[in-house]
Amino acid sequence: MSDQHHVDYLLGLGDDALIYAQRLGGWLTHAPQIEEDMALGNVGLDLIGQARALLTRAGEVEAADPVRDEDDLAMLRDEREFRNVQLVEQPRGDFAHEMARLLWFSSYQCELYAALLTSGDETLAAIAAKAVKEVEYHRDHATQWVLRLGDGTPESHERMQQGLVAVHPFVAELGEDHDAARWASEQGIGVLPSTLTEAVNASVGQVLERATLTMPDPPRWYARGGREGIHSEVMGYLLAEMQHLARSHPGATW
Amino acid sequence: MMLSLRDTELEDAERAIRGVADPEIPVITIDDLGVIRDVERADVDGRPGLRVTITPTYSGCPAMHAMEEGVREAAERHGIPVDVVTRLSPAWTTEWMSEEGRTKLRRFGIAPPTGDRAHGPVPVGLQMRVVRCPHCGSDDTEEVARFGSTACKALRRCRECREPFDEFKTI
Repeated sequence: MSDQHHVDYLLGLGDDALIYAQRLGGWLTHAPQIEEDMALGNVGLDLIGQARALLTRAGEVEAADPVRDEDDLAMLRDEREFRNVQLVEQPRGDFAHEMARLLWFSSYQCELYAALLTSGDETLAAIAAKAVKEVEYHRDHATQWVLRLGDGTPESHERMQQGLVAVHPFVAELGEDHDAARWASEQGIGVLPSTLTEAVNASVGQVLERATLTMPDPPRWYARGGREGIHSEVMGYLLAEMQHLARSHPGATW
Repeated sequence: MMLSLRDTELEDAERAIRGVADPEIPVITIDDLGVIRDVERADVDGRPGLRVTITPTYSGCPAMHAMEEGVREAAERHGIPVDVVTRLSPAWTTEWMSEEGRTKLRRFGIAPPTGDRAHGPVPVGLQMRVVRCPHCGSDDTEEVARFGSTACKALRRCRECREPFDEFKTI
């Protein structure tokens, strides 16, 4: 069953991108300015593209009969089959909260995709080569805002700091090793999440320092289990909204 | 060498395929963009046809689907069977955009991607990238929004002629 680890590893990457894209889509018409509606929509669009490629690849490796394609995997799996971290499924908070989440997540994705450039799964390496440039742009965008808000007014500074505190319990899961990643890393296909943590922390830490913000204290609890299909309560609601159309009208096209 | 009728047909179809317009920026073709990596003769379902290899620009670019459809339609118009293959590696870069494509973009009012350095003296500053206004040619421009109307564009404004314009992002 070694191939199942390969599938689960790809699903983890694809589901992170897909679910965060769904959350970012929720910002449209709610961002503080129209440029930011466009920006968050565009970031989500890049992530949807990555998710499509990653889920397609997961379906190929799984080689079920019949093969599950990107739509089957995105729309017809239940909550316990999703392999994303809990960070990305959390509901949208205020704008500073979102920038805190985007900074952590894009910094993680930058290190991740850079490490996957040499993946023994050539399709995964090719997806990473395309995605790495996109997520660098996302990280840069989040950085600009964290600097602006952190080094802004007392109010913006305070709310940016609160955003960082709010997402902090969900950050550790990005660097948590799991069976599929251990297998993938042994095979030269994937990367062990814990090996990225130092670089991600350094990259975020640098931004926080320039923004006159402080890295929050270690949280008293932290989220875990997403890679094994354990999600927070909000995940069911998110999937109900995301999958409703595809499930109510199977095979619908327009 | 004498060309058979079939050769001319294939060449006409290839020309039509390379001439498919970008659905978002109709002044340039997908060939100008560098999206078409290869057009070769191939057996398509037992009939002589063309295999077209394309490389997507952005992972989530919604125009890719339209480009692929455009290729199929162009081939169909010429009665040539076509096989469209997507190749991810090497990843697409704006360096693949043709000189002609860049000129067309500029004329259309979009600043082309700037791998290139400025051609004359520029103000000394921290910003290394010079984006020239497609309207008046001034180098004195600023970024308004990093994400524009499509995945591939950012929004800028010229400090000299005061016109806003799209910039094709360099990746």
